[in-house]
Amino acid sequence: MAISPTASLRRDIPDLSYKQGLRRNLLNKILTFLVGLFSLIAVLPLVAVLAYVLIKGGSVLNLTLFTAASTGLEGGGIGNAVIGTIIVTFLSALIAIPVGVGGGIFLAEYSGGGVFANFIRFGTNVMAGVPSIIAGVFVYAVIVKTKIIFGNSYSAIAGGVALSILMLPTVIKTTDEGLKLVPDDLRRAALGVGASKFVTILRITLPSAFTPIATGVVLSIARAAGETAPLIFTALFSPFWPEGFDAFFNPIATLSVLIYNFATLPYESQNELAWAASFVLVLFILLINLFARWLRRFAST
Amino acid sequence: MTSSSQQSTAASKDICLSIQNTTISYGSYEAVKNVYCDIPRGKVTAFIGPSGCGKSTVLRALNRMNDLIEGCSLKGSVLFDGADLYGPSVDPVEVRRRIGMVFQQPNPFPKSIYENIAFGARINGYSGNMDELVERSLRQAAVWDECKDKLNESGYSLSGGQQQRLCIARTIAIQPEVILMDEPCSALDPISTLKIEETMHELKKSFTIVIVTHNMQQALRVSDMTAFFNAEAVEGGSGKVGYLVEFNETEMIFNSPSQQATQDYVSGRFG
Repeated sequence: MAISPTASLRRDIPDLSYKQGLRRNLLNKILTFLVGLFSLIAVLPLVAVLAYVLIKGGSVLNLTLFTAASTGLEGGGIGNAVIGTIIVTFLSALIAIPVGVGGGIFLAEYSGGGVFANFIRFGTNVMAGVPSIIAGVFVYAVIVKTKIIFGNSYSAIAGGVALSILMLPTVIKTTDEGLKLVPDDLRRAALGVGASKFVTILRITLPSAFTPIATGVVLSIARAAGETAPLIFTALFSPFWPEGFDAFFNPIATLSVLIYNFATLPYESQNELAWAASFVLVLFILLINLFARWLRRFAST
Repeated sequence: MTSSSQQSTAASKDICLSIQNTTISYGSYEAVKNVYCDIPRGKVTAFIGPSGCGKSTVLRALNRMNDLIEGCSLKGSVLFDGADLYGPSVDPVEVRRRIGMVFQQPNPFPKSIYENIAFGARINGYSGNMDELVERSLRQAAVWDECKDKLNESGYSLSGGQQQRLCIARTIAIQPEVILMDEPCSALDPISTLKIEETMHELKKSFTIVIVTHNMQQALRVSDMTAFFNAEAVEGGSGKVGYLVEFNETEMIFNSPSQQATQDYVSGRFG
């Protein structure tokens, strides 16, 4: 009676302590160390590139850089290239955002997943992988060489078109996927109170998907702003300030092409400009990415 | 109490929705077959039956919500005040403006409470006093007291039961003739359910209501007419096909149904 029925099952206190020398524990440690090392190696280039550009570029930074154009061989600045990058990126966004968002809306809301829609989806995926220089060559052949824009060959517009080709797949994809995330409940709710499909999309679905779409658009802008290859033979380069309305129809300087042109020249002052431009470009893209992150957080609250 | 024959002749004069030999299929699979049903105006009509018997499908057919489902087709006709809802030139948007719908899950728009109500009214071209309409709709849906102080807060700030009543208010605001409710209380607790049922008693003074419910007590409490659907396996077909077993006054369905299947279902003796 005094002995409980489980007493006979009792054994000594088990040894549960961690043993260093055990094979599985050793292997565990080695593998943890290895993957840690590899991940460190993976981010090393990022840190190194950023640090190098920021130190090299930051050391030549001064205010005249932004107030002077890259004219002549002595001194000068990168002000014209900063403006140029903004203009060309703006033009490309002007083309890519309406077309891309419109295409995404079609895919997600209207296509119903037919053959045509799948063809477009496949096409966008392929287009996202096309090397950027191909977009440049294409625009060179279609717009620059034919002088289709009022007889102008190299122009900011041509550069904008080339960049918009690179932006399009990202914008279409993020719009498509962003809209697919909107619960069908909401669409039904809007249709149930007598909204037409167009009103439903414009007033309910699209605002609900605003954040993923905006994030995708902003990131694609960041990508386009840093592109060089498609601009070399479309927007070309110009050592002068973009002036007024003519700026759109004439060759224009951009930060990326300025780096490409000046980094390898045998002149010290040009090299310094290239470093300064690298610094500004990296900062520019960093800021756009931060903005995208902020957009994401802004919506989750 | 007047005799039931008198009531049925009165009802036949005032038919709001008439489902005539309707068969609804998803692709080649028939979900519900040969349904005849006359839904009277100004009454609450309940659709009951086991899962998969097609009652929600029939409900969605009443305001062409099935159009949104890929491959869904309908044979036969559905008459709304004599107009065929599936006529060749019918605009589903026009149909849904007259026949509103409340869904199983509360689904307010990600907008303020005020905008939730105003949205439908505005796109329907309502040009009167919006503040007044919002208040009246919320009062009719018995949710005014709970949200009058936070009209500018998001619709999601309300509890599930309040959200569902907001959705009812949103539907009322477009001033439809008919309100369809697809298991409106299945996601709610008993107290919220009770409030919605009380709301429905008020609403049937101005609207025709059709409600799908799994809860027989609810059907008994709120409805005037009840349609019992059942599903049975058909030869050569895959799965079960739903059909309408019996449609009558709720009292008759629950107390003296004419079909054995109805009797078994309402008394809980259902295989």
